[in-house]
Amino acid sequence: MVQMTTDAAAVAATAANPSRHVLAVERLCKTYGGMVAVDRISFAVGRNEIVGLLGPNGAGKTTTINMILGVLEPSGGTIRIDGVDLAAHRSQALDRTNFAAVYAPLPGNLTVAQNLRIFGLMYGVRELAARIDELLEQFDLVRFRDTRCGVLSSGEQTRVALAKAMLNRPHLLLLDEPTASLDPATARDIRARIREFARADAGGVLWTSHNMYEVQEVCDRVLFLSRGRILLEGDPKTLPAEHGKATLEDLFVTVAREPLALEL
Amino acid sequence: MSLNRIGAIVLRQLYLLRASPVRVLPLFAWAAIDIVLWGFITRYLSTIVATGINFVSILLGAVLMWDFFGRVMHGVTTAFLEDVWSRNFLNLFASPLLISEYLTGLVVTSILTSLVGLVVMLVLASAAFGLSFAAYGAMFLPFLLVLFLFGIALGVFSSAVVLRLGPASEWFVWPVPALLSPFAGVFYPLDTLPAWMQAVGYLLPPSYVFEGMRAIVLDGAFAGQLLAWSVALALLYIVLACWFFLRVYRHAVRTGLIARYSAESLS
Repeated sequence: MVQMTTDAAAVAATAANPSRHVLAVERLCKTYGGMVAVDRISFAVGRNEIVGLLGPNGAGKTTTINMILGVLEPSGGTIRIDGVDLAAHRSQALDRTNFAAVYAPLPGNLTVAQNLRIFGLMYGVRELAARIDELLEQFDLVRFRDTRCGVLSSGEQTRVALAKAMLNRPHLLLLDEPTASLDPATARDIRARIREFARADAGGVLWTSHNMYEVQEVCDRVLFLSRGRILLEGDPKTLPAEHGKATLEDLFVTVAREPLALEL
Repeated sequence: MSLNRIGAIVLRQLYLLRASPVRVLPLFAWAAIDIVLWGFITRYLSTIVATGINFVSILLGAVLMWDFFGRVMHGVTTAFLEDVWSRNFLNLFASPLLISEYLTGLVVTSILTSLVGLVVMLVLASAAFGLSFAAYGAMFLPFLLVLFLFGIALGVFSSAVVLRLGPASEWFVWPVPALLSPFAGVFYPLDTLPAWMQAVGYLLPPSYVFEGMRAIVLDGAFAGQLLAWSVALALLYIVLACWFFLRVYRHAVRTGLIARYSAESLS
């Protein structure tokens, strides 16, 4: 179903039943001087749900993710992670979150195990040694345990970043193009693990990607962002047809080139 | 504050030190070279100046104390710069880590690394050149405390400057102790300086330490109130430096500088 997400319906539902959503964003905006990067967007991510945040370069995806990660202060609006207000209780909110992004590699001068131990302590992970072993196994990193991250291939580094992102079994997992540097086989494997995480651990995932095939395969719902506003929202499998497009990629191109044609 | 998260910051630095002799050597090498150089200078001065003044306690002791101060300051900034060099800010500041925990972790790291330098300098200065810290009596530990506190304050302040101005501004960090040394009267009494430099000197806690060291060695006494004043001054600078760091951090979060720091962009 298509809807304007500045509509507060989703957020009102979140407020009425906060336990349903791991992320509730309400009228979030970010301005730099006179330039509006994100314009009063509202959306929510439910438990066991994978939501794709899509849009052309400069649409405001990374700005939105940075605000949810607490490294960029919003100009207005609220962010609640698992019901906890990020602005008021930053540390508690981020304790329930984790992320992986291609532009945030782990320190290359530490080994895989050292990085996981440090971030495990940072996120207060219990039985850390066992959790690290489990993740090394899960992400096929056992043979790189004592290898410095800086000498790993980009695909291996991505797997380390994903292992770090899973350390604390986050309630909200933010993934900014997590499979961008992976070969197709590894990417498929990673997608399966993230789907498994969302299904088994009751976590919600906010995922950005430019790979529309991947988005259609993984995401339960997508949000199309353009010029800082959410233009469309819906099921990636049915959304293209609802807008007279053959594929999600065609719809993406329309959002990127002719966003006004889609605004309601 | 979480001890686990403070421990994580310290552990990261210990891992780096353990794996890299290049990082361990500077903890004591330059300070040791200073001790050797000034040890021979004081020995030479003692042979040509027949005043009965104990140059070892005055000059070599001052060099040791000043190097300790520099090591404390660089202990904080080097630990901070490790995160700059490895583009780690996004990973750190998107975690539950509090700024107070981060700064405490840097300070604990500095305590550990500066102690290594201090021990090496003490052993070298006393074994090779006969420097005895008994000459300063009970004041020795308070002197170290003042220098330690001011080193922490300057380390936090310098880290904030690098956070604000970008990675290229790290050059600012290294010469700070050398820049302050003429004002702090490390090797001469403050009244040697012109009035305006004396005024600056009296604002620097280390000035009282070096005045005190000379007073004890030459006159056998030093006013405890002056030492208390220098401790208070150093504590004030720590509070101001932490406030400044927090202010810079908040500015970086408001403008997005933290998120794009590795791009070396300035606003």
